Amino acid sequence: MAAVLESLLREEVSVAAAVRWIARSAQSSEVTAPTRPQAWPESAFRDDPGEAAALSSLRPLRKEFVPFLLNFLREQSSRVLPQGPPTPAKAPGSSAALPGRPGGPPRGGRGARSQLFPPTEPSSTAAAEAPSARRGGRRRGPGPGRERGGRGSGGLEEGVSGESSPWAGGRRPRGSGSPGSPSLARSDPPNLSNLEEFPPVGSVPPGPAGRTKPSRRINPTPVSEERSLSKPKTCFTSPPINCVPSSQSSVPDTSPWGHGLPPGCRSLQEEREMLRKERSKQLQQSPTPACPTSESGSPLPSRTGNLTAEPADPARVSSRQRLELIALIYSSCIAENLVPNLFLELFFVLQLLTARRMVATKESDLEPIPGALDSLESPLFQSVHDCVFFAVQVLEHQFQVLSYLDKGTLKLLAENERLLCFSPALQGRLRAAYEGSVAKVSLAMPPSAQAVSFQPETDNRANFSSDRAFHTFKKQRDVFFEVLREWEDRHEEPGWDFEKGLGSRIRAMMGQLSAACSHSHFVRLFQKQLLQMCQSPSGTGGTVLGEAPDVLSMLGADKLGRLRRLQERLVAPQSSGGPCPPPTFPGCQGFFRDFILSASSFQFNQHLMDSLSLKIRELNSLALPQPEPSDEDGESDVDWQGERRQFAMVLLSLRLLAKFLGFVAFLPYRGPEPPPTRELQDSILALRSQVPPALDVRALLQQGLRARRAVLTVPWLVEFLSLADHIVPLLDYYRSIFTLLLHLHRSLVLSKESEGEMCFLNKLLLLAVLGWLFQIPTVPEDLFFLEEGQLDTFEVDTVTSEQGLDGMPVVDQHLLYTCCPYIGELRKLLASWVSGSSGRSGGFVRKITPTTTTGLGAQPPRTTQGLQAQLAQAFFHNQPPSLRRTVEFVAERIGSNCVKHIKFCQKKSPGAVRALLPEETPAAVLSSAENIAVGLATEKACAWLSANITALIRREVKAAVSRTLRAQGPEPAARGERRGCSRACEHHAPLPSHLISEIKDVLALAVGPRDPEEGVSPEHLEQLLGQLGQTLRCRQFLCPPAEQHLAKCSVELASLLVADQIPVLGPPVQHRLERGQARRLLHMLLSLWKDDFQVPVPLQLLLSPRNLGLLADTRPREWDLLLFLLRELVEKGLMGRTEIEACLGSLHDAQWPKDFSEELATLFNPLLAEPHMPEPQLRACELVQTNRGTVLAQS
Amino acid sequence: MILTKAQYDEIAQCLVSVPPTRQSLRKLKQRFPSQSQATLLSIFSQEYQKHIKRTHAKHHTSEAIESYYQRYLNGVGRNGAAPVLLDLANEVDYAPSLMARIILERFLQEHEETPPSKSVINSMLRDPSQIPDGVLANQVYQCIVNDCCYGPLVDCIKHAIGHEHEVLLRDLLLEKSLSFLDEDQLRAKGYDKTPDFILQVPVAVEGHIIHWIESKASFGDECSHHAYLHDQFWSYWNRFGPGLVIYWYGFIQELDCNRERGILLKACFPTDIVTLCHSLA
Repeated sequence: MAAVLESLLREEVSVAAAVRWIARSAQSSEVTAPTRPQAWPESAFRDDPGEAAALSSLRPLRKEFVPFLLNFLREQSSRVLPQGPPTPAKAPGSSAALPGRPGGPPRGGRGARSQLFPPTEPSSTAAAEAPSARRGGRRRGPGPGRERGGRGSGGLEEGVSGESSPWAGGRRPRGSGSPGSPSLARSDPPNLSNLEEFPPVGSVPPGPAGRTKPSRRINPTPVSEERSLSKPKTCFTSPPINCVPSSQSSVPDTSPWGHGLPPGCRSLQEEREMLRKERSKQLQQSPTPACPTSESGSPLPSRTGNLTAEPADPARVSSRQRLELIALIYSSCIAENLVPNLFLELFFVLQLLTARRMVATKESDLEPIPGALDSLESPLFQSVHDCVFFAVQVLEHQFQVLSYLDKGTLKLLAENERLLCFSPALQGRLRAAYEGSVAKVSLAMPPSAQAVSFQPETDNRANFSSDRAFHTFKKQRDVFFEVLREWEDRHEEPGWDFEKGLGSRIRAMMGQLSAACSHSHFVRLFQKQLLQMCQSPSGTGGTVLGEAPDVLSMLGADKLGRLRRLQERLVAPQSSGGPCPPPTFPGCQGFFRDFILSASSFQFNQHLMDSLSLKIRELNSLALPQPEPSDEDGESDVDWQGERRQFAMVLLSLRLLAKFLGFVAFLPYRGPEPPPTRELQDSILALRSQVPPALDVRALLQQGLRARRAVLTVPWLVEFLSLADHIVPLLDYYRSIFTLLLHLHRSLVLSKESEGEMCFLNKLLLLAVLGWLFQIPTVPEDLFFLEEGQLDTFEVDTVTSEQGLDGMPVVDQHLLYTCCPYIGELRKLLASWVSGSSGRSGGFVRKITPTTTTGLGAQPPRTTQGLQAQLAQAFFHNQPPSLRRTVEFVAERIGSNCVKHIKFCQKKSPGAVRALLPEETPAAVLSSAENIAVGLATEKACAWLSANITALIRREVKAAVSRTLRAQGPEPAARGERRGCSRACEHHAPLPSHLISEIKDVLALAVGPRDPEEGVSPEHLEQLLGQLGQTLRCRQFLCPPAEQHLAKCSVELASLLVADQIPVLGPPVQHRLERGQARRLLHMLLSLWKDDFQVPVPLQLLLSPRNLGLLADTRPREWDLLLFLLRELVEKGLMGRTEIEACLGSLHDAQWPKDFSEELATLFNPLLAEPHMPEPQLRACELVQTNRGTVLAQS
Repeated sequence: MILTKAQYDEIAQCLVSVPPTRQSLRKLKQRFPSQSQATLLSIFSQEYQKHIKRTHAKHHTSEAIESYYQRYLNGVGRNGAAPVLLDLANEVDYAPSLMARIILERFLQEHEETPPSKSVINSMLRDPSQIPDGVLANQVYQCIVNDCCYGPLVDCIKHAIGHEHEVLLRDLLLEKSLSFLDEDQLRAKGYDKTPDFILQVPVAVEGHIIHWIESKASFGDECSHHAYLHDQFWSYWNRFGPGLVIYWYGFIQELDCNRERGILLKACFPTDIVTLCHSLA
């Protein structure tokens, strides 16, 4: 390979020819089209018969060229970027041996950084010794890498070092000058013991700044997952169902799936033991004492001196031509997608751009070796000037991609003084791109992080098999949210552990889900909540677009909360590490992952997979409404905003669902490493190849490619595959998927802009996600280069009759960065350069933007507009989803039509909404829905107008709409029924509760005990009865139980009046109620009983032994009031004589004083014998009674 | 009437071992003239209930019951007209209505062939006229009308208060033209948890979205609020999103800490309701 590079350098072969040569190895015919990057020199296209000859001899090595080139560049840069491999690179396959590979990878200590790509499998006899030949070729080379001698297995060293990088899942290299490298004398080894530069993740860095560069070291105390599982044990067994997942959340989430490993039955003690072993192993394997591991903690001299950036000078660039050439060929490889990860290369280039200084070496090294310019004999980068020159060269070629980055990155690039110094032209173009950038598109995602709403259609009793199931689910819903709230409150607390805190509660709840129907209910709830909480970017730790926040203004902010959040961010593990982070479950996603793990229920997992698959199919095939072909330029803009928003919503949902589907589907197979032996692997492959996939993703991918919907399908497929286990890429089924994806990747040449071509940002999104996928630890690192020979086996026959999604501008920068937050690493890198502390800095950009989870409750919106938007969201939240779809559909269509016909919206929308919604929709809901539709449609129309018509007209339009709306007004809500009041009633009567309470007090006073000064006035009693009348007539607040008690109390009161038991308050002291007053009160009561009570009044209580007994105790006994009352009752028809008779009859059982019984008999017999008495006789009766009373008193 | 925790504690401190009589209430009103009567009564009642819950068991041991019954018998034996049962309840620091129940139950056990059912006892407490013993009937009645925290009358008053506030709230909602579904309608539709009102179109109060409103005609103290949160408010949130709780007799200020989470507390009907307005900004 070096020969190719050398022949290039000697100009025996032109760059264009070389690129064609390389690309042809992929046999992707598309490359024949001129695909030159911008600023490609014309001379590069010279073709020469000699070239072909020069290259043809190297034919078998063709596909190894790119890995060689990339490794070469990494190796060359190791002196400038000595602080480790912020450019993550795939280490040689540690144990990801592919079938057919003769043996395990070589082992030994070696600078892992320089080994970017592993040897690929020999594809021909000539290349049978390719790996060694390649290494040999390298050995022939004069570069520093060559001098390192025996290449070891950097990968393996990773495997035992007892540390794993948080972004590499334990397989990525760390530290350029890694232990065991003999070249340490030349390049300063990174001081891994310097805690300031390499603070363990999880510890609080001493300074305020975090690090931009991916953390390479983690605090190894809790032995990470892959470590504990590298023991040949549970790799391929599913976790025991009843095995309680061990506590894990205190462990930094280093593995891609965090807790996804077989629930360990590890104790801390075991971990410590393993740690000790690992440490001793590592010490044995690191011959260089200069590279102690961080935990040894020996304070070595700090390298902070190196942090000062050396000025870069274009005039001092050595071997300019050579650098130009290599930059060109490197850029061409990038442009042709011959490199696995576009953004990784950009990151690398930016690292070169921002290199601080060359690591001090022997003076002679800095001098160009004479006559070696055309070969690889001398180091490529001899100074910082070289690095910067090379970087700027590459950036010039990659300008098109750069121009699509977010505004913040563009600004930092445009402001980079080195860039300005080396290429004022590029700086100018970047500045122009920055100024023209509108990459601050707001997605306007709903801030909804609410609970899934209860929908009677799916959630009421009719949907359950039994009352029990219904009530069980009711409880489960509450437990689920209780657990969720507790997680929200506590998951960031140090020492809190998901499993310990919530595990048993979750399992107890899952245990109640006996019926399959209950499972499906719960899964629906779980999935909906997942979508609600994690779909929005804020739930996944998205980064802020646009201008990078100013550190000073941030620190100067007087808000304590901000500083607190800053502190939290510094303590919290970084959500995104490096340009190629492993798949993680940021924010709320962590809850759902841990829930699945803690629940450890196979029924639940199965139902969840079914449900996720169905939803994925549904969303994936969703016909995203296509904007009508526009006849006016402006109109399409109006529509594309909505289009993009909807696309983003669907895409983000799909990605989330697919990620969880992948997580659950591959959960039983997940292990930290591939199987240790070939035999084992074969048997596993045999087993696995017969298992049908959880979801036929291959068919969906093929459909997606055919229908030109790759931009929708591929991003979620990548999420799904990112959680696959090590075996998956080896299975025929998935292998064919990877082949398709590789083919697609190669075809996404950004510089191609022809009719029917995919939109630029769509391509960029796919390149980013695919590039990321190719770096996932479980994807064999050589897959990218290995597969290329087979690319021609599959032809995608796209049905391009209609324009698919791929050709529509559905992706914007916001979506790109939301899906691929790691692209933001470019900005962080540049920002850290500005901050001048590249060694450990840079995180500040991210840290200011807290990526904490969205609270379950929404933050109070600050503006009226925000509040209104939130209200609209909230409105839809509790309505069936169809309502929202209808409203949006109407708004979309009407808004669009209105623009065409400039009529207006409020007349059409309500009718359309009404026509589309079900008839039983409540009036208020309908009215709101209509109004929102009008508002949205008007908004859309206004958006168009604002772009096309003058402000004056716009105001007119708005005013007209407002007027119309106000005139319509919300229909007055129907007044509640009158509940028996008269029409004129104003409901000012005293409250029933108040009256019961008042009467109770009187009763209490009457029966005592009471203080000497206590009593009631007759006026008060009269007033009370008056109020009772009012209350009984108003009835607004009256409920039957209250009325019943009032009736009973009124009878008790009458009994006390009759027995003269009411203590009357008044001068001078307590006394009895006057006869006339008592009678007046009884009259009032009679009238209430007759006219006002609507419940039966228990008048028979008047003659109960207890109430009559009140009379028995009085001396002299006063019968006249009782007789008066009874006569009146009979008179008014309130009681019949027979009824009274019956009551009196029952009195015989009671034990009375003998004389009392006799008196009773004497008095009542005439009463009962009396015929119907007309009104006038009352007064006579009174007289009689008075006499009788006197008689009685005398007796 | 929103009280700070400190203010509340000061009031609660004065309620320790105070019998639930109207005399006690009168004194309490004098002690805290600035507080509304209803609030004080609500606080008193809740504190007293907490006290009874704590001490309930010790009054229900068979020894205790036997001892109370003997004291009752001795007391009424000396003077049936004296407030024997009421005095006994106050003396042993137990609610008069509950003491009446203990004695009534014990009495019936002695005088009936079969042990009395709960419904029989409840019915007799509601209408002491049914009690076969005249003296006991009077004693029980006296306990019930003098107890301001327990008993059928108090229960009825509480129920009535709750109902009245729901009606009040309904009228206020109608007055504001806010359409809603009430508890009965929700139950008819098969909702498994039903707040007093669900707004068909949400509103905002003090910047917080409100989907449902629950009326509580009591004072929101820590104990009751936490119980309500667990049994009702969070369940509503889990189904309908954020909502509003109106504690008509006030609450402890510090409990209003879940606003951001979606549970807003108020002591009255909110005045600044923002509705989804449809005119263009």
